[in-house]
Amino acid sequence: MSNVGGPNSAGFAIDELHEFPFDPGSPLVASGNLRRRMVINRIAQAGATIGAFSAVLVLGIMIYAVVSRGAGAITWEFLTKGPEDNGIGPSIVGTVIITMVATAIATPIAVLMAIYTTEYASERLGAIVRLTLDMMNGLPTIIVGIFIYGLIVAGRHQSGIAAAIALAVIMLPMIARTTQESLLLVPSALREGAEALGVARWRVITGAILPTVGGAILTAVVLASARAAGETAPQVLVNLVAPNEYVFNPFAETAMPNIPVTIYQLSEAADPTGFERAWGSALTLLTLILIANVVARALYERSRRKLESR
Amino acid sequence: MGKKTSKQSGLGDKVVFGLALSAALLAIVTLLALGYQVVTGSSEAFDVFGLAFITDPVWNPTAGVNGSGVFGGLVPLYGTLVTSAAALAIALPVGVSIGLYLSDLAPGPVSRVIGPLIELLAAVPSVIVGFWGLIILAPWVSRNLEPFLYDHFGFIPLFGEPQTTGSSLFTGALILAIMILPIVASISRDLFLTVPREMKDGAEALGATHWELVRGVELPACAAGIASAGLLALGRALGEAIAVAQVVGGGSIVVTSLFMPGDTLAARLATQFPGAVSDLQVSSLYYLAVMLLVIGVAANLGAAWISRRFDITRKFA
Repeated sequence: MSNVGGPNSAGFAIDELHEFPFDPGSPLVASGNLRRRMVINRIAQAGATIGAFSAVLVLGIMIYAVVSRGAGAITWEFLTKGPEDNGIGPSIVGTVIITMVATAIATPIAVLMAIYTTEYASERLGAIVRLTLDMMNGLPTIIVGIFIYGLIVAGRHQSGIAAAIALAVIMLPMIARTTQESLLLVPSALREGAEALGVARWRVITGAILPTVGGAILTAVVLASARAAGETAPQVLVNLVAPNEYVFNPFAETAMPNIPVTIYQLSEAADPTGFERAWGSALTLLTLILIANVVARALYERSRRKLESR
Repeated sequence: MGKKTSKQSGLGDKVVFGLALSAALLAIVTLLALGYQVVTGSSEAFDVFGLAFITDPVWNPTAGVNGSGVFGGLVPLYGTLVTSAAALAIALPVGVSIGLYLSDLAPGPVSRVIGPLIELLAAVPSVIVGFWGLIILAPWVSRNLEPFLYDHFGFIPLFGEPQTTGSSLFTGALILAIMILPIVASISRDLFLTVPREMKDGAEALGATHWELVRGVELPACAAGIASAGLLALGRALGEAIAVAQVVGGGSIVVTSLFMPGDTLAARLATQFPGAVSDLQVSSLYYLAVMLLVIGVAANLGAAWISRRFDITRKFA
């Protein structure tokens, strides 16, 4: 404080401020050097703005690279034919099937889990389940792959169902946590009103509570499946060596072709002729994920409006 | 629906409760089974190499008695710690300033566009980020960024002589920074939005500039939350396998220079697990998985502990 005593920017003497009982050394004490403070302020604000725009720039560069290099590869043949004809049809179908099966496994379990923690669990058990969910959410996906490898693949064979179960383990905490958070937002009047009418607990849950949070759950499910669709690490361990043809049965005794693993194999092959196919696959996958994200956002807005209009 | 007897609804209650309870138990059992399986899988390697595995840099599948291989986890452990720490060092300040920009500076409509765009960055699959990193970012880094840092900051041992491919610990760290940036940014934006209006008004009434408001009020109020977000992002960086495997170069020695190829625990699992030749190699890979699990769980528990210990709602209550 070099200029102690002089008037500061706010127009009161700094001595006066020092007589205040609390925290005179706080950084909020005016330095008396308005110009310098404004310059520092300007620099800090510019820094934050540059930070935000550089992140958007990185996203722009990445998407531009994928679109400009992948768009040339996209043809009807590319999207429907197998790898012998330079296509990724089987991978697209495989990714869709694996993601759908994973979603079908994860959603009911996740919703039931959330119901247990918010509607039934004692404080202690609820805390344990929430901790479990936090830890599952933080698990490296490659370790989930190793787990499913040891559980299902080792000694047997790679398969689409193994990949789907691994993806379901990854999706589970994402869906459960969002569901849990939205269940906690349900007005207690709804619960109490229904219970006062003598409605059974399970009817309250299935008939009154779940429908109010349906939109939020759906949003979480769509977002989680978009994440799962692009998940590569576990599939490299449990669903890697796929044939060059369409596989429709996830229980078949062979791995299912899918887009993320296709991109990974092409990029690791270090054969530049495969790179165009990899960019094309990346564009296809990114488009699918983008659509899912837009849908999720629209669903979220809709369910929020519905909740607010109550 | 006909009239219900209390017996029927009692049954329904039991069914719903039973299903919900078993779903919760299933999650706990899954997590325990996962830990058990990874630990038992590593037992053979643990019997052979013991704890010295962690500090042994050798990884040779054909050496040793009867060619069963000699394995150690130092190189990937070092690579994991270095890349994640460097990624966090980049992503934490940038992410927090993005959070500040979105919560305080950006006009409403701009914030509503940029916010979702940054979240979209998190939605790009790791394999695409890694492929982009390999083809576009790595050559650029090795031609421009690494020579620049070497010329101007070469006296720091971390910035050694650049290699030609650009596949390096440094590129791995950059890729990780890009991937964890949205996590830090969106959590810190939400944190800054929870700072009570009164505290900001008070600081402004005292004549604080915006930066002084941030430094004196917002950052201290959100410090615990930001630390928690940092640990969460660190956990994500530690465990990222595919994108790092694509750009890190698969090096097999401990290097001081970030511009040399290296390897991380998760990346080595992704590249070597599918082609492992011996039981001992598989078991050694499980050993790496145990190391990764321990570090990752520690980071996540740390994040959970901080956010509970310094509960924001309690702080302002």
